[in-house]
Amino acid sequence: METNLALLLLFAPFAGFLINVFFGKKLGRNASGILGTLAVTVSFAATLFFFLQVMNTKVPVMVNLFEWLKLANFTVNFSFQLDQLSLLWLMFVTGIGTLIHMYSISYMHDDENMHKFFAYLNLFVFFMITLVMGSNLLIMFIGWEGVGLCSYLLIGFWYKNQTYNDAAKKAFIMNRIGDLGFLIGIFILGYLFHTVEYDMMKTELTNGWPVDKTWLGIAMLCLFIGACGKSAQIPLYTWLPDAMAGPTPVSALIHAATMVTAGIFMITRLNFLFNLTPDVLEIIAVVGAVTSLVAASIGLVQNDIKKVLAYSTVSQLGLMFLALGLGAYEIAVFHVITHAFFKACLFLGSGSVIHALHGEQDMRNMGGLRKVMKITFITFLISTLAISGLPPFSGFFSKDEILMTAFHHNKVLWIIGSLASIMTAFYMFRLLYLTFYKDFRGTEEQKHHLHESPSLITFPLIVLAILALVGGAISLPGMSWLNEYLAPVMAKPAEHHHLGNTEYMLMGIAVVGALIGIGIAYAKYIKKGEVPPADAEITGVTNVLYNKYYVDEIYTAIIVKPIYAIGSFFKNVIEVALSGFVFGLGRAATLLGNEGKTIQNGSVGFYLLVFVLGVCSILGYIFLVK
Amino acid sequence: MENILQQVGIDNYIYLSTLLFCVGIFGVLYRRNAIVMFMSIEIMLNAVNLLLVAFSTYHQDAAGQVFVFFSMAVAAAEVAVGLAILVAVYRNHNGIDIDNLKKLKG
Repeated sequence: METNLALLLLFAPFAGFLINVFFGKKLGRNASGILGTLAVTVSFAATLFFFLQVMNTKVPVMVNLFEWLKLANFTVNFSFQLDQLSLLWLMFVTGIGTLIHMYSISYMHDDENMHKFFAYLNLFVFFMITLVMGSNLLIMFIGWEGVGLCSYLLIGFWYKNQTYNDAAKKAFIMNRIGDLGFLIGIFILGYLFHTVEYDMMKTELTNGWPVDKTWLGIAMLCLFIGACGKSAQIPLYTWLPDAMAGPTPVSALIHAATMVTAGIFMITRLNFLFNLTPDVLEIIAVVGAVTSLVAASIGLVQNDIKKVLAYSTVSQLGLMFLALGLGAYEIAVFHVITHAFFKACLFLGSGSVIHALHGEQDMRNMGGLRKVMKITFITFLISTLAISGLPPFSGFFSKDEILMTAFHHNKVLWIIGSLASIMTAFYMFRLLYLTFYKDFRGTEEQKHHLHESPSLITFPLIVLAILALVGGAISLPGMSWLNEYLAPVMAKPAEHHHLGNTEYMLMGIAVVGALIGIGIAYAKYIKKGEVPPADAEITGVTNVLYNKYYVDEIYTAIIVKPIYAIGSFFKNVIEVALSGFVFGLGRAATLLGNEGKTIQNGSVGFYLLVFVLGVCSILGYIFLVK
Repeated sequence: MENILQQVGIDNYIYLSTLLFCVGIFGVLYRRNAIVMFMSIEIMLNAVNLLLVAFSTYHQDAAGQVFVFFSMAVAAAEVAVGLAILVAVYRNHNGIDIDNLKKLKG
């Protein structure tokens, strides 16, 4: 019963994918959309069942399907593990997945390849479930690769535009670099533990299995590189902003709420190993903090509504990695969940705006939408308040926990994180003001067509906004349901911060910081009514930020160009030399043959003469010389 | 048998067959008529047969003479095939001058 239900959970989206791929066109637009949504809803229902069961019994559900690989002393099972952590992840993957599928029915309605869109989306959910549900690293790797593939397919969904294809390729290749790290990490762990099952590794560790600390450190670092690729951390973050080329529901589902949190999931899953390598945790914390600051600073000046949100995602992911690096896995998970709520809502809200403006994404051409798009505006406002970290919205609790933990461990990381939060508040309100306040700055025709989106779009927005509003309740400071819930999968008990004066002061500082950010945005864009200048007029520091610190250009110069140079060297020099040699041999043989064939002139007399001379010389050699 | 060998001597047989063999070779090399060349080949074959018989007698060993019978039988078969080829050549080329047989030129 449990096995069947778990398989249903896993394969419902896959069935949706198959049906949409093979019969989607015949089914028609609405049917294929509804089918895709239903498939994910089934998964959500199954997840809910398991979630409630495991919450009550506190016993994880294990599903062992078959033995997949058996080598000398190394076995890999094809098995799944539904424990507290994976079920929590599944809850928001399938839950938000359902909402976004629903949203896409309306959003993608005019697209000719709508069935393909839903097929890919379902496939993505399937792989994401595989990633989360697997009971060992190899199954996770299958899902890990699968979501990467779906991300590629969906970023390049509008494949007729070459820039979108390039963005898709960029995402795929950057992820590939990380995946290599992930794979090497798995190999090293397999070598160290003779298994890649999470539970067996844990048991071996508690039984005092001897582990080489150096190799373990290398393995953890490699896994972190994998996480960097998937979760867009420095230095592999540049694909995520470009990934906004995909349709907006894709950005919301894959590049904000679910796939990009896979790295955090993996590190949380292996927290018992990461705890053994404090040096790697230190690196994770620093990388996370720096990423959050760098991405937030780039987000300050972007004008594309989705680009702002993309950099905001990178920045928030950085904060999560900061929490992971400090060993506060529960808090990272908490922020993943609240972030999934408000960021999905923000992306879907921006999608609603883009939908109303017929594809316009530049905030300089927006404004005043508050009056026409009331629901979108209110949900967007709630999510913006949540991401800015104002109480009592969910983002306040999770972000505050991260900053508080950072404060207790390392003041510098706390300052960096706080700066990033202030910047976040600023650019989010900048976005809000530019999009929804003042007067409309687009064309007359666009203005004429402005409309609130249909209810299939606004319903998910409302649900997500409510979750963004109250989501913080799962882990209130002092009485955290989440910490208790996750305790069985964590190697170390969660740190309890006594709520003293310092803590209240820190909260105060965080709120004041956010208010300062909002205040600056208000003064700049409401009081003075500024609109960001056209691209050509951007100067100075702003220009550097607007061009994303020229990181893409630097990567092009130091990595892409040399690789091209090596490629063309091999093509123009080595290839020419080698093939010249091979062709030369062939030509020499042909030449020799052409010359040689004249000897065979057809004259029998000549043949005979040669024959006799040959026999004579052989005889002469035998009798006279020898 | 021994008488004959004593009367003439083995070396004379060797000279004769060498001579016959050389006649055959030169016949093959100089003549252009396929039938004459064929006859020259037969001369060479018989020169060898003669030598075999001579040595067989010299060594008092009948094996050489038996071998010659085989050789002659094979030669007869060869002649049959060879002449058949010549007939075919004649039909196709209206002649048996080997200088006309140049179709296998490279």
